Amino acid sequence: MSFAPATLYGVLLNYRGALAALGEAVNKPPYKAPPKAPVLYIKPANTWIGDGAPIPVPSDVEALQMGAALGVVIGRTACRVSAESALDHVAGYTVVNDVSMPHDSYYRPSVRLKCRDGFCPIGATIVERARVPNPDALAVRVFVDGVLRQQNTTANLVRSTRRLIADVTEFMTLAAGDVLLTGVPENAPLARAGQRVAIEIDGVGRLENPLVAEGRGR
Amino acid sequence: MKRARVAYSGAVHEATDAGGGELRLADGRLVREQMAVWLPPFRPRTIIALGLNYADHAKELAFNAQEEPLVFLKGPNALVGHRGETRRPSDATFMHYECELAVVIGKPARRVSRATAYDYVAGYTVANDYAIRDYLENWYRPNLRVKNRDGCTALGPWLVDRADVPDPMRLALRTTVNGKVTQEGNTRDMISDVPSLIEYLSGFMTLDAGDVILTGTPEGVVNVMPGDEVVTEIEGIGRLVNTVVGDEAFGRSTRQ
Repeated sequence: MSFAPATLYGVLLNYRGALAALGEAVNKPPYKAPPKAPVLYIKPANTWIGDGAPIPVPSDVEALQMGAALGVVIGRTACRVSAESALDHVAGYTVVNDVSMPHDSYYRPSVRLKCRDGFCPIGATIVERARVPNPDALAVRVFVDGVLRQQNTTANLVRSTRRLIADVTEFMTLAAGDVLLTGVPENAPLARAGQRVAIEIDGVGRLENPLVAEGRGR
Repeated sequence: MKRARVAYSGAVHEATDAGGGELRLADGRLVREQMAVWLPPFRPRTIIALGLNYADHAKELAFNAQEEPLVFLKGPNALVGHRGETRRPSDATFMHYECELAVVIGKPARRVSRATAYDYVAGYTVANDYAIRDYLENWYRPNLRVKNRDGCTALGPWLVDRADVPDPMRLALRTTVNGKVTQEGNTRDMISDVPSLIEYLSGFMTLDAGDVILTGTPEGVVNVMPGDEVVTEIEGIGRLVNTVVGDEAFGRSTRQ
């Protein structure tokens, strides 16, 4: 890894398509209503690996979900910032793979499914904020063994990067070195041990990792 | 040994309990404990918290027993030391403390069995893990807006060495609000005990030195208001003092 985040936060259901895919279920038990505030989770230090490092696939699952995410690297303390000034607190951007074991329920935090060792590859480079004029119009692509398996764009975010920073810092402070992911698009591609996944975000970079059966290659 | 981290006279220090209300700083100075600013007693790496880990508290909140431990993670922004302040937003109607035994990991732990789990523990401290229930949503519940607010998790005063706590599964817990006892329990009533939690967690994530597990709270959580002094206390571990303050102390309008 070229840099270790201070704390890395992900956000649930921040692509319009991901929320829409749940349909009427958002209004039914156990959820009973769509999310109001940003629903965050943490990818802890044991999940962080660098570009090229192997993602371990547990023996009890066939495949893992590849979560293509824009990582917003915070540059200075952000507490109760407005959407208009939010990007002033950003140092830059990187590509992150928010790996999960497939699961359908978002009622309880899914630490066992999202926080296993190696479940968060982080890009080798941070692209300076000034080199990314609009973080809310970036094409996102996922390739598995070189085959394009997903295309989306950060134009489809429920909360734009600015809005997300504002709404998160209303209730918690982000510090320099923290990374905030802006969400994972719907229909996250699956990949198995033995395959390679690459995530590209236009203007930000490319992150590529092999998947290996847990217990090997580490 | 009981260890603290404090700010004193322009620097951050490690300190030990010198007795008689005094701290001994690592550089030899003796300091009245009221003269120091108490920080969380260790530098945390991953902060792991348990929900509904006491049968009586789960019943109090009307939950059925879960299939596996209810685990969530918190960020360092949430932490505050002994004698710190925690903000109660003016729009909250139910903010409550949670007195919890905090288990601090001392070395890398991967796929550890219950039988050897304590070998990986550095020590213990007291946590007061506040929740503001008004912000609960049924998405990754308890969502971080409830549980990861700035300064809403007090830790301290001391990190007590594992060797000084012969049986962490038999410790009385008690919370007082303005001197009145509101919560009493015992760590023996945990649903998943400390060795089980270390086995469960290390089964899928490698724990490392500085990771901390907040093991949940028993029944007896009540609403607290600005001005309240909340003392969470665990037998043999420590007595952690926190004061609830209003929005105005944080330069916020009292209306939201």
